[in-house]
Amino acid sequence: MTNLIRWQRPDIAIWPGFGRLTDIRDEIDRLFESPFAELANSSRLLSGWTPALDLYEEKDNFVVKAELPGMKREDIEVSLHEGSLSISGERKSEEKYESAEVHRTERFFGRFQRTVTLPSAVAADKVKAQYRDGILTVTLPKTEESKPKSIDVTVK
Amino acid sequence: MNTTVQEEVRPTVDRAARQEFVAPKVNIFETKDGYVLEAEMSGVTKEGLEVTIEGNEITIIGRRQTDATPGELLFRERRLADYHRVFELDPAMDTAKVSARMEQGVLTLTLPKSEKIKPRKIAVD
Repeated sequence: MTNLIRWQRPDIAIWPGFGRLTDIRDEIDRLFESPFAELANSSRLLSGWTPALDLYEEKDNFVVKAELPGMKREDIEVSLHEGSLSISGERKSEEKYESAEVHRTERFFGRFQRTVTLPSAVAADKVKAQYRDGILTVTLPKTEESKPKSIDVTVK
Repeated sequence: MNTTVQEEVRPTVDRAARQEFVAPKVNIFETKDGYVLEAEMSGVTKEGLEVTIEGNEITIIGRRQTDATPGELLFRERRLADYHRVFELDPAMDTAKVSARMEQGVLTLTLPKSEKIKPRKIAVD
């Protein structure tokens, strides 16, 4: 009598070639996490409003400036998560113009989100944000380890 | 022979004249009382704003506050140009009563229509 061997799902890992496929998947994940991930992010294509921003580096801080005209301070959300700064919010359209005849609408309304990956670590509790004249300025102080340090080269 | 060569000092071209401008995005609405024009000009305050009406044209110029760029630029998307745009006016507008408000980088211009243009009932004898 032949023994019936219980069928077991073959363990994928034992296939020698399969490990390479998971590497490719990791690479693709990393591609989508890069600063240009917005291109792959379909919600951007649908929303239409991606506010322009600049990223600067000073000795002790990173500074992000984003153009967000016509917002209310309370409608802007700024958050920091694992080395990425996220700026999002919603610009609501004015109800008083709903009944008016519209001649031109070039301004965007609705939700927006921008994420910037910071080159090095920042002190999350010391981040400051200021909104003035339609420009949001976020100042992110670097952690001590991230600041540039000069290294003495000794010559023996 | 002594010839003194006068070096011609060319006056530098007025920076404003040479500058590039960007057209601000606008929304234009019309209600029964008049028009409302909203122009997005980040970085512009009341002091940098110039609105002029000449003939049937309204010209909007917004000069940005000097943007002290901190440190080294790593990534740029913003265009730091000043704003300029010209609009043709509806002859029904009462240009004397135009009002402007500047808030968080948005200029709101209110252009009321002249009284005589508004629909008016005419009594029939």
